[in-house]
Amino acid sequence: MNEKERMKAYNKYVNAKIPKTRPFPSLFNSFWVGGLICVIGQGINDLLLFLMPNLSEQSAWAYTLIILIFLAALLTGIGVYDKLGKFAGGGTIVPITGFSNSITSPSIEYKCEGIVYGICVKMFTIAGPIIVFGVVSSAFVGLIYYIVGLFV
Amino acid sequence: MEIFLDYLIVFLIGGFICMIGEVLIITTNLTPARILVSFVIFGVFLEAVGVFDYISSFAKAGINVPIIGFGASLTKGAISAVESQGLLGVFTGSLTSTSGGIAAAIIFGFLFALMCHSRTKK
Repeated sequence: MNEKERMKAYNKYVNAKIPKTRPFPSLFNSFWVGGLICVIGQGINDLLLFLMPNLSEQSAWAYTLIILIFLAALLTGIGVYDKLGKFAGGGTIVPITGFSNSITSPSIEYKCEGIVYGICVKMFTIAGPIIVFGVVSSAFVGLIYYIVGLFV
Repeated sequence: MEIFLDYLIVFLIGGFICMIGEVLIITTNLTPARILVSFVIFGVFLEAVGVFDYISSFAKAGINVPIIGFGASLTKGAISAVESQGLLGVFTGSLTSTSGGIAAAIIFGFLFALMCHSRTKK
């Protein structure tokens, strides 16, 4: 068997072993769970504005996101969020709660390797790329905005 | 009645965005990290071309809670800091506007990691 045939056979084997997600229930579940998380966020936001009417819109959103992040970290800690993630897939990954889960989940998992090399290092395995790409691309937009502003 | 309609729109748009994430998972085998990165960059793009605020005006939490809102907030911070501080704003702006969320995720993640033990995955 030459190199190419072996690769082909291997890929075929891998494809047969990858767990298949059935499209219909997983799409539906991710839709309603994701939508529900957004509705909860809207509910928290409306409640905050109701309780503290002189809050600016921006601070209200910041509080809302912090509360959602707290709830997701709590649910991850007690093991509920990962189960929900198995059930709803994208519905739990795409909202900001998924960002919180992506920080909390690996830090709990690698706790046994110590606080510095376990928790603190593994914390950013998924969140790291998000922050890096987000900061670099938004700084790029800011730079373009600055350069355009010089001439206009 | 009006508030019910508001929440319905939030639900539909938020759910739709999450469903796109699920479609990406099913069709491309992308890892969650890459999906999140692409959503953040999409949010940066929406804010850069100025569409985000328009969508946010009716979709509210439907677009602010998904990670797209995080990308948009990064860019919003960068642009407003450039307006007030000039070139320095390119560096300070993005993390200033999102510092609350990032710090909260780090703080709560760290605290819950100290308090909780990992479970065996079935």
